[in-house]
Amino acid sequence: MSETEIALPAIRTSPASQNCSTFFNRTNASQLLDDTATMIPQTNVYRSVLGAGRQAPEFTLQCTPDQTVSLNEFRGRPVVLAFYPADFSPVCGDQMALYNEMLNEFQEFEAELVGLSVDGAWCHAAFAKQNKLHFPLLADFEPKGAVARSYGVYDEKDGTCERALFVIDRDGVIRWSYVSPIGVNPGANGILSALEDLQTKSETTDAAK
Amino acid sequence: MTKSLTLPDTERDHVSGSVKGAIKLLEYGDYECPFCADAQPIVKEIQRRLGDDLLFAFRHFPLINIHPHSEHAAEAAEAAGAQENFWGMHDLLFENQSALEDQDLVAYAGELSLDETRLIREVTSSVYALRIREDFKSGVRGGVNGTPTFFINGERYDGPRDVGHFLEALSKQTVEK
Repeated sequence: MSETEIALPAIRTSPASQNCSTFFNRTNASQLLDDTATMIPQTNVYRSVLGAGRQAPEFTLQCTPDQTVSLNEFRGRPVVLAFYPADFSPVCGDQMALYNEMLNEFQEFEAELVGLSVDGAWCHAAFAKQNKLHFPLLADFEPKGAVARSYGVYDEKDGTCERALFVIDRDGVIRWSYVSPIGVNPGANGILSALEDLQTKSETTDAAK
Repeated sequence: MTKSLTLPDTERDHVSGSVKGAIKLLEYGDYECPFCADAQPIVKEIQRRLGDDLLFAFRHFPLINIHPHSEHAAEAAEAAGAQENFWGMHDLLFENQSALEDQDLVAYAGELSLDETRLIREVTSSVYALRIREDFKSGVRGGVNGTPTFFINGERYDGPRDVGHFLEALSKQTVEK
């Protein structure tokens, strides 16, 4: 998918506004963004969220005050990226708490889950301790929001990541992405469906070999 | 998601009210969640007002990392259910949310005249863990993102959780039927 396909005129068509209405209605948590065009929920700003088929931008971020994690370390396993606005904010507390309860389910797909926000590693450590989180929180802290920008989910106005989900396959290709309204917990159903699709596709590919 | 996932299954779920009731209310909850405890008297009032028009079902959605007592509490409700008193334990757990240690669960079993030894043995050996997990997973697939989450005739209810708004949403169902 080339950059030219996400030019603005193409975005101002009905599919984009349908996406938008599904965001507002909060009904379709597994909304598939198979193109890169979408509208930031609750605003009139168009932006480009990386969609299915795009190579996931590489990154290396702090996961603790003295450790870093790179995306390519997960190659060979599916990865779930959960961008969220801020540690300790009410909804994402719920969202991360929910994912924390689902690590076994993600493991059934051999998938790795990481949370990302612009908070620093010390803040993440306090948040993870308070909520007893058993998965890494990455600090998109310096330069602030650089990774979120590279995925098209940085909110310039608030200076935070949007509430966005990406499922990346074993080869580092994005297979599903979703942006939730900032105050709405997107849940985990969309992630599980995307992981199931990945599994089905890789089984089909293996069978064809 | 299939609609049936978010409708009470009278064969499997703990249900209260009339099976013939036109309105089906399903709650996903956690006995240690303060918002669920807040919703409890509201559910009771709705049940009182709607009577036989309502079928109410409860499924477990414990967030065990942030609510360390929620798993044993859910086990205790199931264990009481195995002794034919799920709802008695369910009510006591919500009414006594700040006292959910194992010895408290034993005391509630005693209060309900259940076999306390059997109940605590089942709780501590996680006899109902699989069923509780089934509840949890069905919730995740059905769109439960936190607790409490209610479904009215299979549709998630995201409105305010007070008697007035609830009844308004529920009565729409009666009219549509």
